[in-house]
Amino acid sequence: MKTSMWGRLSLLMGACLMASGSIAQEGDAERGEAASATCVACHQANGGGMNISGGESWPRLAGLNSNYIAKQLHDFKAGDRQNATMVTFANMLDDQQIADVAAYYSQLPATPGQGGDNADEALLARGEQLAERGDWNAYIVSCKSCHGPGGQGVGETFPGIAGQHAGYISAQLNAWKNDTRSNDPQNLMGAIAKRMSEEDIQAVSAWYATQPAAEWEATQ
Amino acid sequence: MEDLEASDLHPELKKVIRYGYDLFTNTQQLRGEYVFNDMNCSSCHLGEGRVPFSAPVWPAAVTLPDFRGKNQHVNNLEERIAGCFAYSMNGTPPEYGSDEMLALSAYHQWLATGAPMYPDKSIYGRGFPAPEQPETPSYARGEAAYQENCTICHQEDGSGHYENGEYVFPAPWGDGSNNWGAGIARVETMAGFIYQNMPLGQPRSLTGQQAWDIAYYINSQERPQGPRYTGDVAETAERFGPTFHNRSLYGQTREHDGHVLGDHANFGEKGDIQPWNVGMPRFENLSEE
Ligand code: HEC
Ligand code: HEC
Ligand code: HEC
Ligand code: HEC
Repeated sequence: MKTSMWGRLSLLMGACLMASGSIAQEGDAERGEAASATCVACHQANGGGMNISGGESWPRLAGLNSNYIAKQLHDFKAGDRQNATMVTFANMLDDQQIADVAAYYSQLPATPGQGGDNADEALLARGEQLAERGDWNAYIVSCKSCHGPGGQGVGETFPGIAGQHAGYISAQLNAWKNDTRSNDPQNLMGAIAKRMSEEDIQAVSAWYATQPAAEWEATQ
Repeated sequence: MEDLEASDLHPELKKVIRYGYDLFTNTQQLRGEYVFNDMNCSSCHLGEGRVPFSAPVWPAAVTLPDFRGKNQHVNNLEERIAGCFAYSMNGTPPEYGSDEMLALSAYHQWLATGAPMYPDKSIYGRGFPAPEQPETPSYARGEAAYQENCTICHQEDGSGHYENGEYVFPAPWGDGSNNWGAGIARVETMAGFIYQNMPLGQPRSLTGQQAWDIAYYINSQERPQGPRYTGDVAETAERFGPTFHNRSLYGQTREHDGHVLGDHANFGEKGDIQPWNVGMPRFENLSEE
């Protein structure tokens, strides 16, 4: 071994591994658009979803990683992720349609997050701290260390959370905390959520809702 | 850092401590100058260098100057920091007294606020204490456990992960990692690091045996050559055996493929830059005693 070439090469190979993953089915965005007709009532025609304060928020799907979307739909179908509203619609899709809608939503431009505008400065500052630096006194690792710089997501495993709706983020963190969502690999998310207080959850949800999601194309 | 803002320290000092914090958590800003791998100081010293059992860095500020076995002389805080640059960061340190060095040591010292100097009791949570090791570590078991618990972030080939050019998961081995002379290349230290800190967010969730097996597996992979390489791996391993390499796998033959670990002149991205602090003679006028 004489040169340092192998390090660079392996870096690239690593990136490919991350991008291909377990769910290999090829999706077709055009077919996906057709299959998404039943989804628009909640996730909206632009895939932007909606923050519903005091109710169940509909997540933005536009711009999320396609393999992440597909995994979630498979998880709803298999009962590994439970949600009474979503399971009905996931069950209507076969494997090919899942790949298609995932491809479709992943290439839509991301829309802004909602639900963070009314948060006061102190709450947003706490949210930013948790997101960027964590709170090691409570062993809350920064969100950024898994969800990537700016919360833009890392590969297919760690979804982008910047620009997601506050109501949806807090619902998911509470679901992990209360053991009603547990489809994360290796309990990576559950371990963190369980250490968060209700105020922490509100704070980080509001902060990420105010942060822009990068265009998915830019991350390709 | 809120406690820093709230303190009565001079505003100029606060600025410098903040810069030290910034260098510690984003050491990649020194890439190509002092840092030649994919690490930040906080890649190994989790929680900004404060967390117990993740080798919190402040104990160095209250126990140094002291004799250090690794280089066989008395070191101060700057010299200790310089050591992590030469080995863990596979780089070369900023000069003693430089802005970077002063800022980093100010940050270390500030973290030690209130701790007694030269304490007579051992410091709680210092270093990366290794768990008990029921059985001799196994490469095969380590490989399997690594794949199950670690590849999701660090990748099967140990190269870690970059997203949009920004570092997210560091490389436990290969060119982007620390070199053979770094403390974590010792199996015991690696086992302690893993047991106490990994998988991220789930400290002490592996068994002690798993941590040792994975440490043995990781430290059986290649990484950049250490700066004390004499040109011959067996000679280097022997010369620094008693003070260091007796606890690493450097120079040993890997059982499954006969590869001799560290038998190469690949210094990683650093190329032929020689860290100026390594092997620097100290206190020669005292050596007669
Ligand atoms: C009646 C409203 C409704 C409809 C219609 C609906 N969804 Fe959902 N969807 C939701 C809700 C609510 C959630 C959040 C579930 C939770 O809290 O776990 C969700 C979550 C999801 C998620 C997970 C997102 C993430 O970030 O993890 C995906 C993917 C998804 N929906 C896709 C679809 C698709 C594709 C369709 C159409 C086939 C569809 N949904 C139809 C309400 C709906
Ligand atoms: C140790 C790694 C890790 C850390 C740290 C982490 N997460 Fe996660 N998070 C994950 C993983 C993995 C998933 C995907 C789970 C899945 O596949 O269903 C996830 C999913 C999520 C989701 C669901 C996204 C969606 O579209 O449904 C939210 C919201 C979230 N994380 C918020 C956070 C916040 C806020 C923090 C910081 C307080 C945080 N995470 C820290 C690993 C992590
Ligand atoms: C690859 C992992 C790694 C990286 C990166 C790293 N270190 Fe270290 N550091 C270690 C290990 C291992 C020890 C020794 C712990 C022990 O005593 O067992 C250590 C010890 C120290 C100590 C002494 C702590 C004590 O208890 O006396 C200081 C100070 C220190 N490092 C500073 C730094 C600085 C500053 C950086 C960045 C320039 C850095 N380290 C980067 C692994 C690392
Ligand atoms: C959820 C992602 C994740 C998982 C899973 C994970 N790590 Fe890490 N690991 C990290 C991050 C992030 C760091 C750097 C810490 C930081 O920057 O805050 C790190 C640092 C390290 C380091 C020190 C730096 C280096 O690259 O040498 C080692 C060694 C390491 N991890 C080994 C492991 C091992 C062994 C496992 C499996 C038991 C594991 N990790 C599982 C994310 C992860």
